[in-house]
Amino acid sequence: MKKTLPLFLVLILGVAGTLTYLFPHPAIVNSDTFFRNEFLRVLAGFALVLGLGSLLKVHADKIRRKRANWQYSWILIVTFVITSFIGLFGGIEGTGPLPTRIGNFPFDIWTIYWNVTVPLGATMFALLAFFMASAAYRAFRARSTEATILLAAAFVVMIGVLPLGNSISPHLPSFAQWIMDVPNVAGQRGILFGVALGGVATALKIILGIERAWLGGGKE
Amino acid sequence: MFATFLITIFVLAPPTGVRAYDRPDDGGGAITIRWQLSADDALLEGYEIHRSKDGIDYEKVGFIGKSRTAYDDEASDDNILMNNKSYYYKVVALLDTLRAFSEASQPAISSPQWINRKKINIYVALIIFSAIILSFTYQARRGKKFFIRRISGLQAIDDAIGRATEMGKPILYCPGIGYIEDIATIASLNILGEVAKKCAQYDTKLINPHLDPIVYTVAREIVKESYTKVGRPDAFDPDSVYYITDLQFAYAAAVDGIMLREQPATNFLVGWFRAESLILAETGASTGAIQIAGTDQVSQLPFFVTACDYTLIGEELYAASAYISKEPLLLGAIKGEDQGKFVIGIILIAASIIGLLTTLPILSFFE
Repeated sequence: MKKTLPLFLVLILGVAGTLTYLFPHPAIVNSDTFFRNEFLRVLAGFALVLGLGSLLKVHADKIRRKRANWQYSWILIVTFVITSFIGLFGGIEGTGPLPTRIGNFPFDIWTIYWNVTVPLGATMFALLAFFMASAAYRAFRARSTEATILLAAAFVVMIGVLPLGNSISPHLPSFAQWIMDVPNVAGQRGILFGVALGGVATALKIILGIERAWLGGGKE
Repeated sequence: MFATFLITIFVLAPPTGVRAYDRPDDGGGAITIRWQLSADDALLEGYEIHRSKDGIDYEKVGFIGKSRTAYDDEASDDNILMNNKSYYYKVVALLDTLRAFSEASQPAISSPQWINRKKINIYVALIIFSAIILSFTYQARRGKKFFIRRISGLQAIDDAIGRATEMGKPILYCPGIGYIEDIATIASLNILGEVAKKCAQYDTKLINPHLDPIVYTVAREIVKESYTKVGRPDAFDPDSVYYITDLQFAYAAAVDGIMLREQPATNFLVGWFRAESLILAETGASTGAIQIAGTDQVSQLPFFVTACDYTLIGEELYAASAYISKEPLLLGAIKGEDQGKFVIGIILIAASIIGLLTTLPILSFFE
């Protein structure tokens, strides 16, 4: 029963999930939308409680056992409690019962989001430029035939998209574009064919219960 | 002065032959209107679409540029179009302040259809492809052995886990930032189950941080079941699988932190990734860990190929669970998938040849 019921549910809901593709009638589409939006949202709400519980448990355990860098766990827990308190009682834009403004200084969730979360995310994103440089250095070391071809193609494409490329040869930009449009797209399409068919096969294996690793494996 | 004079005496030719009918193969709430161009089409700004419930009072519901002969009147928040009610349409040629109204169309009624006939061919292809996979699965069930080519990324899993065990360091398994409905995430969870079994056998610490709470909940059960499956339920650490945040770059920062603090001997970056792929892979590479990556996101594959030791490309990710577990039924399904690709390859080659041959006059009927 522990495995039969999940397999049965996956079979029914998996097949039902494909129906909207062929059957556009509102009776079917609305049911599908209910499961995908409302039902999944409720499920995510419960899962979020479990998730946050696990996060706090891991860090509380780290503090209790004084593991390496346990001090940082205090930062997480304290900011978690403060942010949750402001979010729960202050409302998203400071419209809740908790006053979230001291003079001209607001500290509602929306302000925290725009002034803390977004800049921190942007900072991480900006690091990508440096990681790209180091990855490019590693990729473009011509240590094998493939790497040399990659280096040559990348060099042509990079020069080709610059005004410099056109001044070297008027054919260079169109050659760079050809590399992007023909060999590059051909390679991508080959992968995408495999991805599309592999996706269908994986879905089929799961819906029919052939693939059970997500249940922890086993046949019973 | 002369232009104003011309416009005042000019009489626009209206569009003709206006037809309105229920848009086929949809869920209702849409009527298609077709017409023949106004004789003055070249001069026009475009056509207005007017609708009426009673054929007397019309209201404008849309505009489309000149030289166009069809318009879909679709229900939306701003456009109330009821199913099973009659509507009349007029198409209006528009030039500056001049308007030329067409004759009204016959009444049209929108209604939902049960089947989208345009997609039947895709469903048929899906059924054929499924039948091929099931037939190979059936053959596998009857004991037939299938050869699956060597996938070096998956061959390396045992070595990677063994290395971590020998070094006494943990293994980091990052399933990416996908949600449970993403096929790459599901494939990643399948691999996680197999990796967790090996970690349990070798008594190697597993670290499995998550971005999505639902994926976290499923992953936790998978890892727990895997430990039980190999007879080591006591070795399962509930805190080894945990949720971090649902923000992409906050998650990337947290996983980077884990890589630098815990110094895992092996990093698995397997699942659905976006821009954080390179941030994770480069940080992992800087710690000297063996890295096995896999994703079906074509745009992220170059980053993984560059920064990781092994990369599962596209469908290899989906085949990984079968490859590792050596389960005959799963191997049969992979063989079926390969045969499906073979059939599609033949069709593509045949279609390309036919496409080229249509340049010959004698074969023009293929066009």
